[in-house]
Amino acid sequence: MFGGENFVTSKLNAAIGWARKYSIFQYPFVTACCGMEYMATACSHYDVDRFGAGLPRFSPRQADVLFVVGTISHKMAPVLKTIYDQMTEPKWVVAFGVCTCTGGFYDNYATVMGIDTIIPVDIYIPGCPPRPEYVLDGLMKLQEKIQLQHSGKPYPKAQMYHAGQSFSV
Amino acid sequence: MLDNPSLFDLLHQRFPAAILSTHAHRGDATVTIRSEYLLDVARFLRDEPGFRMNFLMDLTAVDYLTFGQKPPGRAAHFNAGVAVRPPAFIQDQIPWPGPATGARFEVVYHFYSLETGHRLRLKVPVEEDSPQVDSLTPVWASADWFEREVWDMFGIRFKGHPNLKRILMYEEFQGHPLRKDYPVNRRQPLIGPIN
Repeated sequence: MFGGENFVTSKLNAAIGWARKYSIFQYPFVTACCGMEYMATACSHYDVDRFGAGLPRFSPRQADVLFVVGTISHKMAPVLKTIYDQMTEPKWVVAFGVCTCTGGFYDNYATVMGIDTIIPVDIYIPGCPPRPEYVLDGLMKLQEKIQLQHSGKPYPKAQMYHAGQSFSV
Repeated sequence: MLDNPSLFDLLHQRFPAAILSTHAHRGDATVTIRSEYLLDVARFLRDEPGFRMNFLMDLTAVDYLTFGQKPPGRAAHFNAGVAVRPPAFIQDQIPWPGPATGARFEVVYHFYSLETGHRLRLKVPVEEDSPQVDSLTPVWASADWFEREVWDMFGIRFKGHPNLKRILMYEEFQGHPLRKDYPVNRRQPLIGPIN
């Protein structure tokens, strides 16, 4: 009626986005030392539960955000891809730590040079390891992205969102 | 507890033909032996009352392919390797003469005796054309995964090993990545890039 969507569906999409972004069920794919920082973020001091992401699920079938935490080797890459494929839509991927973003300081025969070479990534949180505040910032960026997904608004132009960098719509 | 020269003497009396060279650096004794004597020496080290090396701490290998050579071109960081000459005030030191033979590889064993506190490093030169030594799994069970790692990384086979297959890399991996002639930029991804 007015523009691409009418009043009811746009409000419904906003409500869906709102509901999804505050009920994140994460799958922590933890392979390396970043896992300690992930645990620090998840525990009571930083309390990731404030963002509605307090319940990690250890089955990809029950999760909607894949947290890839730690270095991914070529040997592990097919496992990660399988986990990603097993998750049901809608799903998002967070690259936690610089190893998952780019390979980090590893540049060798064993390491995947960034998980975005094998699965699509929504939020990059670099750092070695990223501090919990940085992780929470990344989580809030992800929430913004989830909210926008069905809003009918276009995504911000930058394909690479990472924590510490603000974007506007 | 015997000092390092006494350890060398004890080993030399028993295996006069096996020993290629000995040295001690900062108190750690090292013996290089011929590979055909490896199992005999290993059993002797474990069972001889003077040694009682009941703990195989580590097993690894060295590739001397480019040892002592400067890399071609300009390299920001390189370590070509030099024979170590420890200062005189360090006790018990016998300088390292460099690799005992011209063999490309050396397999290195680190032994420790929990009973006497002795440590001994054993080195076995391995030729490039047939990189194979006897497996120590019958003597120390802990050699099993170490030898699989050395096979995986250096391509040195261990005769008599019950299950000699890759331990760190995947089965589809071609080559042995810690060999000095493995191209440093070579990548073998199991799954390809998306789109």
